Amino acid sequence: MTPLALAGRAKVIGFTDARRRTLLRLADPSRVPEAEADAALIQFPHDIPRAIASGFRTAVAIDWNVENLGGFDRVVRLGSGLGWLAAGDVMAAEPRSGRYRVLWRKASAHNAFLVTDRCDHLCLMCSQPPKHVEDGWIIDEIRDCLPLLPLDTAMVGFTGGEPFLDWERFVPLATEVQERLPQTSIHVLTNGRAFARAQVVDAWSRLDRGRACVGIPIYSAVDAVHDYIVQSRHALDETVLGILRLKNKGNRVEVRVVLHRLTVERLVETCEWLARNLPFLDHVALMGMEETGFALANQATLWVDPVDYGNVLTRAVFALAAARLKVSVYNLPLCVLPEAVRPYAVRSISDWKNMHPEICATCQARERCAGFFSTGRPRLSRGIAPIKLAADHAFP
Amino acid sequence: MTRFQGPEAFAPGGEALRLLPLRFERLQPGRVIVANLVGDMLLLSDEDLHRLAALNMKPGDGLYERAREKLLVAGEEDKAWPQILAMRLRSRMSFLSAPTALHILVVTLRCEHSCPYCQVSRRSTDAGAFDMSEAHAMRALDIALSASSPTIKLEFQGGEPLLNFGLIQTVVLAAEATAPARGKSVEFVIATNLALLTDEILEFCREHRVLLSTSLDGPADLHNRNRPRQGDNSHELAVSGIRRAQEALGHDRVSALMTTTEASLDCAENIVDEYLRLGLQGIFLRPLSPYGFAVKTKWFDKYDAERWLAFYERGLRHILRVNREGRRFREFYSTLLLKRMFTDNPSGYVDLRSPAGIGLGALVYNYDGRVFASDEGRMLAEMGDYSFELGHLDDANYRSLVTSDHLVALIGGTLSQCAPECSSCAFEPHCGAEPVYHHATQGDPVGIKPLSGFCTRQKGILKQLLRILDIGGEDAAVLRHWASA
Repeated sequence: MTPLALAGRAKVIGFTDARRRTLLRLADPSRVPEAEADAALIQFPHDIPRAIASGFRTAVAIDWNVENLGGFDRVVRLGSGLGWLAAGDVMAAEPRSGRYRVLWRKASAHNAFLVTDRCDHLCLMCSQPPKHVEDGWIIDEIRDCLPLLPLDTAMVGFTGGEPFLDWERFVPLATEVQERLPQTSIHVLTNGRAFARAQVVDAWSRLDRGRACVGIPIYSAVDAVHDYIVQSRHALDETVLGILRLKNKGNRVEVRVVLHRLTVERLVETCEWLARNLPFLDHVALMGMEETGFALANQATLWVDPVDYGNVLTRAVFALAAARLKVSVYNLPLCVLPEAVRPYAVRSISDWKNMHPEICATCQARERCAGFFSTGRPRLSRGIAPIKLAADHAFP
Repeated sequence: MTRFQGPEAFAPGGEALRLLPLRFERLQPGRVIVANLVGDMLLLSDEDLHRLAALNMKPGDGLYERAREKLLVAGEEDKAWPQILAMRLRSRMSFLSAPTALHILVVTLRCEHSCPYCQVSRRSTDAGAFDMSEAHAMRALDIALSASSPTIKLEFQGGEPLLNFGLIQTVVLAAEATAPARGKSVEFVIATNLALLTDEILEFCREHRVLLSTSLDGPADLHNRNRPRQGDNSHELAVSGIRRAQEALGHDRVSALMTTTEASLDCAENIVDEYLRLGLQGIFLRPLSPYGFAVKTKWFDKYDAERWLAFYERGLRHILRVNREGRRFREFYSTLLLKRMFTDNPSGYVDLRSPAGIGLGALVYNYDGRVFASDEGRMLAEMGDYSFELGHLDDANYRSLVTSDHLVALIGGTLSQCAPECSSCAFEPHCGAEPVYHHATQGDPVGIKPLSGFCTRQKGILKQLLRILDIGGEDAAVLRHWASA
């Protein structure tokens, strides 16, 4: 029921520059280290002699109780709840404070780098509330991380905060990802306002556009509603202008609509508006809300049980599909969706924060279900019930 | 704790709003159609229309939301909404960037039918004087392949084109031999009554992927009354021709057109049922046009636009009923209009465009070598009026035809975007300039629209469609499906 602890405190020993965050790539102790950052992943006592024989000088040990790590120059000792860490994962450790953060998990299809905590929006339902901090170092750290990523990576995500606030540093970073990882696609979550300026679009358009997509939220075609939700005047105008400029240059753009009481009220109209005015979008995602961050603080304003907007969601999905737009429903369990909408549902919740409550144990559609966010304080729909599939039911 | 601002902090004041271009038209008492620049429509009460015009609205009152979503109002400083309108207008007009996709070759004016409503003034003689020469046909093909559209449709018309089938074969083979090297793909259509269809002709059509378009006015008695020929067997031959063509070429390779005569007006359902019986995929409910024998015999004058609209509505209602019962069948003219209402795809239909489709959408090469700006243009010529002649195959080329001062003046002078009545019409984005029709009926290519049967029919059909869409439910869903598929 709890999300993976991607950040926490460790015992960090032997690092010379105590103030610098150090990147470590976990490696199989029986293989020869390939890079300075490679650290042997020690899960069992017998991993230690192997790692030393392979030539590792750095070790990351799971479980506080692993002993006899004296043969290494540098050691990071993690708690026992981190057994899911695997070779190929990348972490950053700060020796002085002992803080660590897992930046990349090789097994995950949902890897995303947080580019900044700063944002020029203050969305009522933000799951990652922005902070007014000077965090330009993060982009440097991500850049250092790139050589450690596997060449067969399918997707690198970027999120924030607003990644394009410092677009003059972020766009070169994205360019470097494409150069280092020629098979990898980039997906960036952004509010899109930076693209209202032609120079930002020009810079972004120099990427390999087939391998780069931006996900931009539009919550309403009514400025007063969208601007209120993101808490910023003229937001809708600039965001839409940005989308027009991006598409005019042939970039891939996904629009995201988070479903809550304020967006559901005119969801059909919003989607008809998208279908009519932006039919060239590459994807539209209608997304269940993650009950964490500001969404909790504003729950009284935002919460609506998904079973109460099923009818509206159906009409919205079909308004988009009729215009030949690719549409997906994210983050909502199948049982709360009308049957007609279920084929559009996607298992979208990042694997590390996905869960199913006990009631789902007997559900036959569980394998295809997005499940629930384990983050925050999930409020469960009263519509949750195991799905029993007919014997001849080909799903979806 | 973060402080959030309430919704009122994001509501623009009345003075910060502005109207975007809009037009309106009364649908019925108390209901007004309001359309934005690209024809998205909203139905409002009289009171709401007045409030909209006065910008007397604010977030939360429902009108503000609808007016925003339909791009009728924007903030004084907003850039995105005007930009969307400009972009969509550009999409809708993009047919201009690939001009003249349709090329009609009148391979003969001879016909073995003797329809009193014949709009092309067919000849019944055996004389070869009314057949197109091979030299002219080759010139026509060369001009067609010089047009900038990457896909070219060659349509063979008559008279009855199968009376000169040898020339059709020659042109098809020559087109297949030369088009690829000129970067064009070519599609072929023969507009034929099918009476002279043979297995050899069918085999040729199958081999060269030639589409057949025929005439079917309804059940036998009606059809044979409208389309007399020796033996009184026009219907029998059309039906058997359709069936043979469906079998040999496929159901989607043969279509039929009906023409409404006075005798049709009470038989809308029977006409539709005849199309259903033959497994056709839809019907084009089409009025008589004011050309040729239809004018001479006064058949054209026997019903007005209002009576035709009543016929059209009966037909459309019947078609919707058929769809409700699970049979997929469409009315092609409303499909055209619905695509215009629900998408910004440029219209491929040359009769509903502004700038007009004459020359820019179609060129017609007559049997005698004269080149006309539209099919109706050559029909007028048979009546002695050469107003829409652009040149002659003996010395014309594509450029001389479509850039002639004559054509430019005709097109430039009839833009619906700025023609009287049209420029303020809510339906203008879904309509077109009809210079030939208005020249023929009013002696002026712009015409006085309140006196125009074309205008009355356009407004009438669009209002019928809007009423059905407004009610919603199954019928509206069928109409929306026609627009999207």
